[in-house]
Amino acid sequence: MGYLFISPWLFGFIVFLIGPILASLYLSFTTYKPGQTPVWIGLENYVRMFGDDLFYHSLRITTVYTVLSVPLGLITALGLAVLLNQGVRGLRFFRTAFYLPSLISGVAVAIVFAWFFNTNFGVINFFLSLFGIDGPNWLGDPDWTLPAFVIMSLWGIGGTVVIFIAALQGVPVELYEAAELDGATSWRRFLNITLPLISPVILFSLITGVIATFQTFAVSYIMTGGGPANASLFYLLYLYRNAFNWFEMGYASALAWFLFLIILVCTLILLRSSELWVHYEGLGRK
Amino acid sequence: MASVTLSRPSTTKLTARRIVKDIVVYGLLLLLGGLFLLPFLWMVTSSLRFPGAGITFPPQFLPTEFNFANYPQVFQMIPFARFALNSIIVTTLAVLGELLSASLVAFGFARLRFPGRNILFLVLLTTMMIPYPVTMIPSFILWVRGLGMANTFGPLVLPPFFGPAFSIFLLRQFFMTINTELDEAAKVDGANEIRIFWQIILPLAKPALATIAVFSFIANWNDFLTPLIYLSDPNMYTLALGINFLRNFRGGGELSLQMAAAVMFIAPCIVIYFISQRYIVQGIVTTGLKG
Repeated sequence: MGYLFISPWLFGFIVFLIGPILASLYLSFTTYKPGQTPVWIGLENYVRMFGDDLFYHSLRITTVYTVLSVPLGLITALGLAVLLNQGVRGLRFFRTAFYLPSLISGVAVAIVFAWFFNTNFGVINFFLSLFGIDGPNWLGDPDWTLPAFVIMSLWGIGGTVVIFIAALQGVPVELYEAAELDGATSWRRFLNITLPLISPVILFSLITGVIATFQTFAVSYIMTGGGPANASLFYLLYLYRNAFNWFEMGYASALAWFLFLIILVCTLILLRSSELWVHYEGLGRK
Repeated sequence: MASVTLSRPSTTKLTARRIVKDIVVYGLLLLLGGLFLLPFLWMVTSSLRFPGAGITFPPQFLPTEFNFANYPQVFQMIPFARFALNSIIVTTLAVLGELLSASLVAFGFARLRFPGRNILFLVLLTTMMIPYPVTMIPSFILWVRGLGMANTFGPLVLPPFFGPAFSIFLLRQFFMTINTELDEAAKVDGANEIRIFWQIILPLAKPALATIAVFSFIANWNDFLTPLIYLSDPNMYTLALGINFLRNFRGGGELSLQMAAAVMFIAPCIVIYFISQRYIVQGIVTTGLKG
């Protein structure tokens, strides 16, 4: 009876997951265009990858973007959550304000921010002009494109804010009271009580954040088409073009497997490093 | 007496500090909250401007013109109604499929005993970490070349019927919290597993089901990559593709029209949020902490 109930998943797991994963691995050792038979070429795709400038370029851009946007997003989200955790009135209103942008991923964000980043008329440069700053040509200057993407990513941190608020509310009040009696300043209380106790949640957000940013696609596809001068050619966009514009499906499969490997290694490194900084007694077992 | 005179200044000082803190906290929250909401306001304002008014500097955040004609105009420029219908069909089927399969599978994992259950559940958890691009290309070959389903909704709506791991995990955790005494009482009364699932567990799991439905709706409504891969015939476009189509359309570069289309595109997600705020917040918290 149990198997009957789980059969939808079991079927999907074999047909839509294990099958395609193995097929993807096989294809990565072939040259394959739709309509033709795959031809085994051994490691050639992987050799080609390590001599491919655009592969390095897209990998570098995606890594830089991840390294900038994920920590910046986490710090901002934590700051907002701390502000909201000061017993403020209207918590629901503010939480809604921060969360609403996360509801509209992809196309709508790209369309709005394409205008926001306009050099002469854009909202971003308008705000900069209030401070006497002559804003850059965000989406036209390769040096400013990635920073524009980072700024845009901050608009979508609402989900993390909500998670952090819940984590902060889970920290026992007695701990703060005891520390206050001992004369600890609020900064010390934050460093020594809050941060350790919510560190498992920080780790979780860090890992999911890295996994998601390595798969950035829609916004660069729509807003900049990977440009200018490939400045926003994210890894997945390059993979997509190989697979669906140039029909190099063997090579694209090799790129996909390499992405899988990167994500796996990043996750493992973060998990290993967590032994040094994540505190597991508090929230997890409360 | 002495103690009273001494404590007086310190209370005033405390109150003063409290006031300063409140000003800083509320000031920052209002400023940042305003920044987060600003793009929405700007979208609506821009969507109401007369065509040709274009983009102005300094930007206008509050509407001064109310040209609602931009909205019907979008329907004339692109088959917006058709795109919307496609999006509704795809999203509805995907949400239904996800609810049905995830609840069945989660019930199996949470309530029934069978050999290999724990190992299979561990496998399911592992699959949540596999990034979509890894299966993207062979899935495309399977759907398009194997099943001939290019330009159909099949590749978009059928996979959710086969057990999306994340929802199964979420529901299974929820089912585990439901007391088993109910099942046993029902079994004594001669109910079989299917009846227990349908008449006892599912009604109790409504909040968890609502959470899954909302997340699934938002994900499917906004999805861009999957429709982009499978749908090349504009008649089959979902709204996500359609909005992008408008941008590249002749005359579609008009700010007011783009924003009118974008406002209509995001409206359902916003409405759903306000209807089901409770479930969304709850869902983020449980999946966030337990995932």
